[in-house]
Amino acid sequence: MGGMDLRIVHLYPDLMSIYGDRGNVIALGQRARWRDIPVEVRAHRAGDELDPEWGDLYFFGGGQDQGQDVVGEDLQGPNGARLKEAIASGAAVLSICGGYQLLGHEYVPDAAPAIPGLGALDVRTVAGKRRYVGNLLVECDGSALGGAGGTLIGFENHSGKTYLGPAARPLGRVLVGGGNNGEDKTEGAVQGKVIGCYLHGSLLPKNPWLADRLLGWALERRHGAVALAPLDDNAERLARDQATEVARARP
Amino acid sequence: MIRTALAVSAGKLARLALTTSGRGATALPGLVALAVDPSALRSLTAGLEHGAICVSGTNGKTTTSRMLSDIVRAAGWSPVHNRSGSNLDRGLVAALLADSTWTGAPRGNVGILEVDEATLPGVLGRLAPRVVVVTNLFRDQLDRYFELDALAKRIATAIATLPGDTTLVLNADDPIVASLADGHRGTVTYFGVDDPSVGGTVPQSISDATRCPRCRKPLVYRRVVLAHVGDWSCSSCGFARPARDLAASVVTLDAGGIELRIAGAGAAIDPVAVPIPGLYNAYNALAALLAARVLGIGLTTSIRALSGFRPAFGRLELVEAEGRTLRLMLVKNPAGFNAAIGALLETGRRPRLCAALNDRDADSRDVSWIWDADFESLAPRVEDAVITGLRSRDLALRLKYAGVDERRLEVVDGWTAALQRVIARTPVGEEIVVVATYTAMLALREALADLGHVGRFWED
Repeated sequence: MGGMDLRIVHLYPDLMSIYGDRGNVIALGQRARWRDIPVEVRAHRAGDELDPEWGDLYFFGGGQDQGQDVVGEDLQGPNGARLKEAIASGAAVLSICGGYQLLGHEYVPDAAPAIPGLGALDVRTVAGKRRYVGNLLVECDGSALGGAGGTLIGFENHSGKTYLGPAARPLGRVLVGGGNNGEDKTEGAVQGKVIGCYLHGSLLPKNPWLADRLLGWALERRHGAVALAPLDDNAERLARDQATEVARARP
Repeated sequence: MIRTALAVSAGKLARLALTTSGRGATALPGLVALAVDPSALRSLTAGLEHGAICVSGTNGKTTTSRMLSDIVRAAGWSPVHNRSGSNLDRGLVAALLADSTWTGAPRGNVGILEVDEATLPGVLGRLAPRVVVVTNLFRDQLDRYFELDALAKRIATAIATLPGDTTLVLNADDPIVASLADGHRGTVTYFGVDDPSVGGTVPQSISDATRCPRCRKPLVYRRVVLAHVGDWSCSSCGFARPARDLAASVVTLDAGGIELRIAGAGAAIDPVAVPIPGLYNAYNALAALLAARVLGIGLTTSIRALSGFRPAFGRLELVEAEGRTLRLMLVKNPAGFNAAIGALLETGRRPRLCAALNDRDADSRDVSWIWDADFESLAPRVEDAVITGLRSRDLALRLKYAGVDERRLEVVDGWTAALQRVIARTPVGEEIVVVATYTAMLALREALADLGHVGRFWED
C-alpha cells in the first residue's frame, strides 16, 4: 500500500483517557502499521488550536467530571467549530462514554442547567440515578456502518442515559448490559462517519472488524477507497470469545 | 457494651469455627460481629493505649502498614494489625477480634489498620484515629470506586470532621493526597523524595491529576516520579508541593533493595536500608518512618526494624520451585503495574513472566486498565511469557499490541498447568516473575502450595 499514511488525533488525552480508552489508539495505530501504513498520532489538548485539515481520524475517550467541564469549554470555542469542519470534510470519529456524551446536543444534569455539547451526533444525554456497570455485548447488523456488521464486546460504566434523535442510528442492539439508556435496547450512535458508544474494554482490540471499518473510513479521506489487507486476527478472536463467554455468564 | 460483648463472642465463634476447619479467617468473623454490633470498630479500638493508626491509599498500604507494624514492635509495643491485607470494614474488625479477649479488650496496645481507600471515609467517621497515613491516590478499579476526584472529595470531607488531635501523614509528592489536608483542624505532616535524580520531566500517560485539585488550572512539574507523583505546582493559584517533614535526599536502588539517606538526619545516622527493591517501596518506607516519628519512635529504632523487613503476600515475595525462583508481584491498577515493571527493568534482566489476569470484583471487573499500563516499555525486554487467568486472552492481546513476538507467548488455562508450563520453559537457576491480579495471585499461591512450594499466606 505504497504512499498511504494515516493521521490520528487523540482528543484531550490528558483529561479524557481513563478506563483504558487509550487502547483504541494503540489498536488503530498497530493495525495500520502491520499493513505497512505509516501512522502519526497527535494529541489535541484544551487551549491548543485544532487544525481541521490535518486529521483523518479523531479519537475521543471518557474522562472524569473534572476533565469534562474543561473539555466542554474548549469545544464551545473555536475548536468545536474546527472539529465540525473536519467531520464535514470526511474525517472519521470514534467517541466513548464522556466523549460520546460531549459530541451530542447536550448533557442534562440532575439539578443544574443543561451543558451544551458539540451536536455532531443527534443524541442527548440526561443524568440517571442508576449506574450501568458491567459487561456489554451488542449485535450490529452493519446497516448504520454501511456494510457487514458483527458483535461488539466491551464494558460499560455510566449513569448518563443517552437518547437518539432521527439523524443518528443506533450502533447496535444490546444483548447483554444496559447500553444507551437501559430502556430501548439500543447501544451507541452512528451519524455519517461519527461513532459514539459506551463500550470500554478497550473496544477496538477485541473488535477488530470495527477498527478496520474506522481505518477504511479514515484512509479514504485523502487516499480514496482502500481495500485493507487481511490480518491474522486469531488472538483477537480468542479474546473476543473469552470476553463474550464471561459477559453471558457474569453480566 | 453488652451488644459489643455479644458481637465479639459471635465473631470469635465464627473465627474459631473457620480456623479449626483449617480455613483462613480474614473477613467472615468481622462480618458476623458487625452484623451484631455496627459500632464494633469504635469499641474494639477504644482501649488501645497508643491509639489507632489508619494506613490508606491506592498502592502501598499493605507494605507501609507492615513496615510500621515492624517498627512499633521494635519499639517494644504490641500492634494489633490486619496483616493479611483484608482491609475492608469486616477485615478490620476480624483482625481486632483475633487480637482481643472474649470481652472485647484488646491484647495489643496500638492499632495499625490498613484501610481500603474507598472504605476510609466511613472508617474515619466511626473511630478517632491518632494518625492517618495516605500513601497515594491513583485510579484503581474504576468500576468499583468510580472516579478518583469524587473519591478524593469524600476522603477530604471525612478528614475535615476529624478532631484536632488526629495527625495526618501525607505524601507531599502526590497533589491529590496533599490536597486532602485542606479542611483538617489538626497537625499535618508530609513525606517525599527530594533526590533530584529520581524521575524524569515528561508526564506519564496514566496521570490522574493534570489539573490543580484546588483551582483546576494545569499543574506544572519540575520532575515526574510516577504518574502524577513528583515535584509539582499549580500554574495559577500558588498551590504547590508542601514542605517535607521527612524526605529522602538520596535514593539508591538495586535488585536487592533500596537505600535512603534522610534529609537533615546528620552523618551520624546510617541510611535506611530496606531489603525489597522498587522506588515505590522507598515511598512506603518514608510513610512508615514519618508515621513512626509522629508516634514518638526514633529513627534508629525504625532503621533497625526496616533492615529485616519481609514483604507481604504477592509484594515481591520469593518462592523456590524446582530450582527456579519465582518472584511474586501483585498488580491491580496501571500505576501499580508501571511501578512493578519499573522495579523489574531496574534489574537489567530480560524477564520470564507468568502473567495472570482475573476479572473478579477484587481484581476490577473491567479489564480495560491493562491498556493504560505501560506494556510498551516491557515488551522489547520480555524473554518469555506464559499467560493465564479468567481473562488470559485479553492479556495476551495486550502483549501482542505492545509488540511482544507472539512466539514468545503461550496461553495456558488452569493455574497448576500454567505454573508447570512456565517452570518447564525456564532453565534451572533462572528467575520467573509472576505478575497477577489479586484473585489470580490467590489462586496461583494455592496452586504453588498444592505443588508443595509455599505456605498459605494467612499462616503469616
